[in-house]
Amino acid sequence: MGDFMNIVVCIKQVPDTTEIRLDPIKGTLIRDGVPSIINPDDKAGLEEALKLKELHGAHITAITMGPPQAEQVLKEAFAMGVDKGILLTDRKFAGADSLATSNALAGALKKLDFDIVITGRQAIDGDTAQVGPQLAEHLGLPQMSYVKEMDIVGENLVRVKRAVEDGYQLLESETPCVLTILSEANNPRYMSVSKIIEAVREKKIEVWDTSMIDIDLEVLGLAGSPTKVKKSFTKGAKTAGKIHEVTPQEAVTIIVDKLKENFII
Amino acid sequence: MNLNEYKGVYVFIEQKSREIQNVSLELLGRGRGLADTLGEELVAIFLGNEIKDQCQDLISHGADRVIYVDSPKLDKYLTEPYAQALAAISKFEKPNVILIGATSTGRDLAPRVSARLSTGLTADCTSLEISEEKELLMTRPAFGGNLMATIVCPDHRPQMSSVRPGVMQKLAVDNTRTGEIIEFGVNFDESKFKVRLIEEIKEAKQLIKIEDAHVLVSGGRGVGTAENFKNLEILADNIGATVSSSRAIVDLGIMGHDRQVGQTGKTVRPDIYFALGISGAIQHIAGMEESKYIIAINKDKGANIFNNADLGIVGDVNKILPLLNREIGKFSEKKA
Repeated sequence: MGDFMNIVVCIKQVPDTTEIRLDPIKGTLIRDGVPSIINPDDKAGLEEALKLKELHGAHITAITMGPPQAEQVLKEAFAMGVDKGILLTDRKFAGADSLATSNALAGALKKLDFDIVITGRQAIDGDTAQVGPQLAEHLGLPQMSYVKEMDIVGENLVRVKRAVEDGYQLLESETPCVLTILSEANNPRYMSVSKIIEAVREKKIEVWDTSMIDIDLEVLGLAGSPTKVKKSFTKGAKTAGKIHEVTPQEAVTIIVDKLKENFII
Repeated sequence: MNLNEYKGVYVFIEQKSREIQNVSLELLGRGRGLADTLGEELVAIFLGNEIKDQCQDLISHGADRVIYVDSPKLDKYLTEPYAQALAAISKFEKPNVILIGATSTGRDLAPRVSARLSTGLTADCTSLEISEEKELLMTRPAFGGNLMATIVCPDHRPQMSSVRPGVMQKLAVDNTRTGEIIEFGVNFDESKFKVRLIEEIKEAKQLIKIEDAHVLVSGGRGVGTAENFKNLEILADNIGATVSSSRAIVDLGIMGHDRQVGQTGKTVRPDIYFALGISGAIQHIAGMEESKYIIAINKDKGANIFNNADLGIVGDVNKILPLLNREIGKFSEKKA
């Protein structure tokens, strides 16, 4: 790993889905006025990188793919303490599914030096958890997903706790490798306004288009996406359900039937 | 790519310490229906170490054929050996569809293999159907559950999908079913095995954050006391749910602030929300109204919570819950 680790953190600008509401009459999503944020798992990824920097010394690059306004999440990453920001933006990236997204990120990463690549486990707008492992595959690197704790334990060696249903796996990998981080891993630090100003003044955010990355255009964007959205729908506006005035024993029967319908029991 | 070369519905069978996971059997159940609609076979892909004896179970649960790889390299789940085996089988067999449980294993393995095969993958599906054009229709929630999207994979094969545990149903076991059981040999490239498993640690079930819970059992003033709250804990244990509460109960010191729904607490949107003895103050409603199915029990027929509930019961929660726990207890015994 040499004297100085290079860490690349992939981050995504997402709508704060907890602020999205359904229009009670039309049953459609109300997306106006919904704030954009750094995806929470990605923010935890930034924090892990910053902790490593404090412990061992490192140079951290944050990279995001999105429309020009996605620059905002890079400014926030600077405010947390990263050293460099790259905005991948080009119409040819638009409409990408997880595979096409991972292709674009892999193309950009091939232009960078790194020891560790960190992504969030999943983004709250899609919840797929696919981009990290797909990126690792394109780069031909080992992956460790669902990471809730990580440390450097020797030359070229990363040790993590990988969360599983009934506990965790203690894993070790050689670098370079790709890690996907859980938001439970840490509490991200606050941002420093002076660092945002410094980042903007010193033009630390680089803007890259498809001509600047190492990738075949065919595997990018909508055209490079094997999956397509056939239709999308909301479950519609909600109306008050039936109210039962019954004995406790009858109430139990009604509830048990509903739980069975929903496969809870 | 000649799509017609790709035939059959294949299910990745997940085992932990040689115990076949429920979600895989559920996928055999749904996969059976999909295969029948397509007029194709249902194949179980079973990877592990010393697992051969269990292949017949997969036939009994609906598979026409079992392809197994038996190797010490597959003893515990690690991404690369499993990805090499699954990709090798897929390249040889050319499946039309591959279904994988959306567990910590499946959500690690499926994207790795989809990228290796350069095909599409749809995560965490809650419904799988076959269209008139014989395409797999994969429906899943997006935007934090606010939107449902139906995804297709028109020009790439296999069509890969991960499916949440508990969504599909197993078939009744039929021990008279017969099928083919085939061992598949994999030439592992060990130079790619860069991740080492040091140990697996089991942890006591951690308290799930209420905003991550699929089922919440939430209590309010109508539950009243810490003693009565034990009934909520028992219900939650029985159905794999998490306990939360209204502000009144946090103010009384019965529950911690991290369990509070609404106002200064959390916004939740579980699949099922039990509002027990909760009147439904506007601040509470704002914190839980996006729940998919709301079951309310309250003594007061005029309680506001009933305007937001899918199922409302007028009655005393402290009388109903012990009976409900006894009834649900019977189910857990039957399953065990």
